[in-house]
Amino acid sequence: MTSYTDKIREISKRLLKEGKVDMVIGFTKGSVPMMNQPMFARNQNDVDGFAWDGNCGINLANYVTGRSEKIGIVAKGCDSRNLAVHIVENKIKRDQLYIIGVPCTGMVDRHKLTASVGGEIEAIEEDAAGKTVTISGNDFSETVDRVDVLQENCALCMHRNPVIYDELIAEEVPEQTEESVDRYEAVRKVEEMSPEEKWAYFDDLFSDCIRCYACRNACPLCYCPTCFVDESKPQWVGKSIDPSDIRIFHFLRAYHCAGRCTDCGACVRSCPMGINVRALTKKLEKDSLEYFGWEAGLTTEQRPPLDTYKPDDPEQFIK
Amino acid sequence: MHNPYLPYPVRIDDITVETEDKSLKTFTFVFLHPEDEEKFAYRAGQFAELSIAGLGEIPIGIASSPTEKGFVKFTVFKTGKVTSYLHAMKEGDVMGVRGPMGNSYPWELLEGKNVVIIGGGFAFTTLRSSIVHMLHPDNRSKFKDIHVIYGARSPGMLLYKEELMAWADRDDIHMHITVDGTDDPDWKYHKGFVPAITEQEAPPGNADTYAIVCGPPVMIKFTQPVLDKLGYGHDQIIMSLENRMKCGIGICGHCNIGKELVCKDGPVFTLEQLNKTPKEY
Amino acid sequence: MKVIQIDKSELDAGLEKLESEFRLIGPVKEKDYHLFTTLTPGQKPDLEYINTRLSARSILYPQSEVMFEFSLDKNDENYAVLKEPQKDRQPTAVIGIRPCDADAYEVVRRNFDTPEYKDPYWLKNYESTTLVGLACSKPCPTCFCTSAVSGPFSEKNVDILLVDNGDHYLARLVTEKGEKLAESAGWNRPAENADETIEKMKLDAESKIKSEVATDNLASQALIDLYEAEAAIWEPEAFACINCGTCTHACPTCWCFDVQDETYGKAGFRMRNWDSCMYPLFTVHASGHNPRGTKIARIRQRFMHKLKYYVDKYEKGIQCTGCGRCVRLCPVNIDIRRICNKMNSYDPETCSCAVTS
Repeated sequence: MTSYTDKIREISKRLLKEGKVDMVIGFTKGSVPMMNQPMFARNQNDVDGFAWDGNCGINLANYVTGRSEKIGIVAKGCDSRNLAVHIVENKIKRDQLYIIGVPCTGMVDRHKLTASVGGEIEAIEEDAAGKTVTISGNDFSETVDRVDVLQENCALCMHRNPVIYDELIAEEVPEQTEESVDRYEAVRKVEEMSPEEKWAYFDDLFSDCIRCYACRNACPLCYCPTCFVDESKPQWVGKSIDPSDIRIFHFLRAYHCAGRCTDCGACVRSCPMGINVRALTKKLEKDSLEYFGWEAGLTTEQRPPLDTYKPDDPEQFIK
Repeated sequence: MHNPYLPYPVRIDDITVETEDKSLKTFTFVFLHPEDEEKFAYRAGQFAELSIAGLGEIPIGIASSPTEKGFVKFTVFKTGKVTSYLHAMKEGDVMGVRGPMGNSYPWELLEGKNVVIIGGGFAFTTLRSSIVHMLHPDNRSKFKDIHVIYGARSPGMLLYKEELMAWADRDDIHMHITVDGTDDPDWKYHKGFVPAITEQEAPPGNADTYAIVCGPPVMIKFTQPVLDKLGYGHDQIIMSLENRMKCGIGICGHCNIGKELVCKDGPVFTLEQLNKTPKEY
Repeated sequence: MKVIQIDKSELDAGLEKLESEFRLIGPVKEKDYHLFTTLTPGQKPDLEYINTRLSARSILYPQSEVMFEFSLDKNDENYAVLKEPQKDRQPTAVIGIRPCDADAYEVVRRNFDTPEYKDPYWLKNYESTTLVGLACSKPCPTCFCTSAVSGPFSEKNVDILLVDNGDHYLARLVTEKGEKLAESAGWNRPAENADETIEKMKLDAESKIKSEVATDNLASQALIDLYEAEAAIWEPEAFACINCGTCTHACPTCWCFDVQDETYGKAGFRMRNWDSCMYPLFTVHASGHNPRGTKIARIRQRFMHKLKYYVDKYEKGIQCTGCGRCVRLCPVNIDIRRICNKMNSYDPETCSCAVTS
């Protein structure tokens, strides 16, 4: 990953020097393992803060909305797709962005790693070939295959290479295919459950939720000025940790993301409790694909299926 | 253990529509349990939480004066969920009042001083309380000259109109009532914005003169330089702040500006204090 | 102070004796992580745990709590009159709370228990609770309690401090409440040379704490100078922040709450729920005006509150016990240690921080 880091710094420096952008948004190494931090550089001296490794799982598309500058942005496959969604939804203009594309082999799952060891992880190292990850702490050190500790969304990702970009920092990586991964296996399992089993499954899924809204706030799609859960006139949802209010929040939020979600995994990554919020959005991604042949963020030309209307829609309800 | 979050039950005794647009109403409450009125001993400048079961609470300045017994009055602007509901309530309805809260105007400090009250729009409620308090026969001699500069958009938007007119006829208080504009040919008071009238009518600042300023941010912004020009020290300019509050007793953490809690350490601060405090209000 | 020895083999028997007198709360592992839970009869706390993922705040101060109940049935004679719910406040003992979480109760008590107002909910819970602390012999890399207002062996706010010494615990009975609990549990065997052993273990644990914050200049820094240090501190720190409430929800010393009325048919409840100064809604006025409408303003509020306003207001140090949870859980690595060091080393003359990590 050193070469990625060097390349990001080099390109950023050049863009800032040539005045092509006012700022570059990327990642810097976190002060604790697995927690790289989004950062910006406005001048050439700052670019040495940029870094790249398997801990850049936050979606940087979340950081461009509402900005007026010309922005250079480091984008892996999913980030680039969310930039495309932003462009389609008029949250940012394409010519305001200089997209520094990062071919990605997936981000490591901080929840999985943390849960796998008894103590706190003090350091994480990836080998140069990108095959293994070594974690160590107070009285342990463990080396595991990188593919085994990827975030689930990364393991199932079909768009590892940026979809739109101005420059790639490295050669494209091979994409996974429907033949090599079964991306909706987990969704099918839930679909096949009886209503009682589903109830129990979702009940358990959200039982740890503390309503901190990290999932929502880490999501590039959740840019509403006031989220429906925060509305007071009228108040749609109670504010306590009553399970029904928690479920309403998660279900409604997921529906708001239908056809727009790129399965970047920022929601799950951000969740302090490690809740697999993607269980909902992945189902809606599957439906979008099956019903509309649609995958979010692959084009800047077309609006997502749930906010468009076509006169030849086969359904009767719209007529 | 006393529960400071528990409101006193009160009955709405009277509702008066204050302004021509009906956005402000004055509610007069009577305590259901007379002993609660004693517990609710307050000073002019304090506020209370009005509580409606099922909807919540809102912090509102107390508009009645401690010299007025048997009831407590609040003038409420219709804006949010609770105030909208309150505006639809009827005389005889029961609700809750919790307080009094906050620090009040510094009455001990103001004794023996000239007091200049400057108010605008509907931020005149605790100023009414203050005027009634000062004009009470037991209190009037404690203060030197009292000036009141009060402005609203139009005559129909002035609060407590009848009282204002009555005060204007008295010779122990200098009333300078103003409106931004009016077509009324019989309007006999000022026309013009509060800062301009302040410049014309307010006495010059000196060690014996304090100004109490309450009003919308834009009025405060333009009045402050006038007071500076008139020679008021920042420790002689007294202001009352509003912030989002929940508990009203300094515990819930919503209303702080720097290390001060508006609900408990305020809402009344001198400009000198505010100069050293983050402007988060 | 008296120190007794409790063999690990006799711990469970003692806890069983306590069950009749106390509601027992202890750390239990659920889905890979530890949390505090009310122990069912016979259930044992896992005292080999490192720390709970979330703090012990909710033991005394639940995330959602009913303050009052009322009826919205107009035929009811107490229609719309608020009543405090009758709550069964059985004596409670928390077994194995870490000193950072116990000391956090002392930090927040200054807010809930003031000369003018007492928060009856928090205070009654606090008073009915006995804290059996468990000293930390293996602090985590992100623990910085020794330079915050706690320590791995801090006894400031526990009633008993348990020290794990191999096959037994040394238990220092810090308060009368602690002595009573030990008596009820039948733990009474005096330990020999225990003070010396504990002191040695304490120094050893403290020396293992690798992480620290510098706080020595915080009190003397001018409040407004730190507040206005936007370019040096607040702007760069705020950039990554996503304004979630992870830090505030995980924190043992955050106390802010919102009050909301909820109704279920004709039954009404006035509730309080944890709130977070990171949320834009926290300060928004009914008019729509928001005094802290920007991310910079909100992040500054959180850290100024913990590291400056609290310091100035109470003169008891920072509002942080160094438990490290916000550092571990913040999804975008906003690290209070870095911010504290920046604030402590900020020079208003040059508008820069000597320490930036």
